[in-house]
Amino acid sequence: MDRAGMSLEIPVEGNNFSAAGEAASRVKKTLLRLGIDSQLVRRVAIATYEAEMNMVIHSDGGKIILQVDEEEIKVQAVDQGRGISDLELAMKEGYSTAPDEVREMGFGAGMGLPNIKKCADRLEIKSVVNEGTTVVMGFKYQP
Amino acid sequence: MTLKELVDCIEGVVVNGQERLEEKFDGVFISDLLSDVMGHAHEGNVWLTIQTHNNVVAVALLLNLAAIVFTAGNAPDAATIEKGKEEGVVLLATKLSTFEAAGRIYQKLQ
Ligand SMILES: Nc1ncnc2c1ncn2[C@@H]1O[C@H](COP(=O)(O)OP(=O)(O)OP(=O)(O)O)[C@@H](O)[C@H]1O
Ligand SMILES: [Mg+2]
Repeated sequence: MDRAGMSLEIPVEGNNFSAAGEAASRVKKTLLRLGIDSQLVRRVAIATYEAEMNMVIHSDGGKIILQVDEEEIKVQAVDQGRGISDLELAMKEGYSTAPDEVREMGFGAGMGLPNIKKCADRLEIKSVVNEGTTVVMGFKYQP
Repeated sequence: MTLKELVDCIEGVVVNGQERLEEKFDGVFISDLLSDVMGHAHEGNVWLTIQTHNNVVAVALLLNLAAIVFTAGNAPDAATIEKGKEEGVVLLATKLSTFEAAGRIYQKLQ
């Protein structure tokens, strides 16, 4: 299979809960079509969903970029939102700044970033307050 | 256990997926926190929840869950039903509380 060079950019709208999850769904379908192992696709799908939801809830939206190359599958979630002031705290299970109306929908358990950490083989978060956040997730073909 | 047997056991209503009731499911997961489901539910699970908005369909789809059961008389939103139909996710509803529904399914699975 020729995996090299495949890339896909999907816009994500902030605060739009009815469309939320569609970027992760497109990433999943794309990878399955490429014949990628379903357990690997599952990890990518879960991590992408969490990063997508974080853009929907905590920023004004942005984009998901999927890149499939020889070494790894790379997913980036890029937004120009409010950013994360304390990354170490944000990574803690249970920490959340989600507003009440979003918590009522079942978001805000503070498990999204920990889920991403579990699913991805490589995780890099760059965030500047009031400028935005970039989450880079790498997934290896052989875990 | 098939989805049909599940529906009978919890006195459920089929909201979407009538044609898929012969399919078997593999265990049950219960949570109303979406990232808890994302992190811990397994493929083939039936998911019991009181969340009715359409993001639950996205979760079920991404995880390949067998069905979503809306418990305690909680009816899925119109947008949830529409998305369920679009994506082919089985949606069931029951008047039973989550506790009662889970208890019945647990007994049946023994
Ligand atoms: N893209 C982002 N922009 C700004 N803040 C973010 C972003 N992603 C995460 N955060 C911050 O990090 C916190 C923890 O994120 P995490 O995904 O772990 O939990 P959550 O989104 O609050 O809840 P859950 O994911 O369980 O629904 C968030 O509450 C928020 O304060
Ligand atoms: Mg989150």
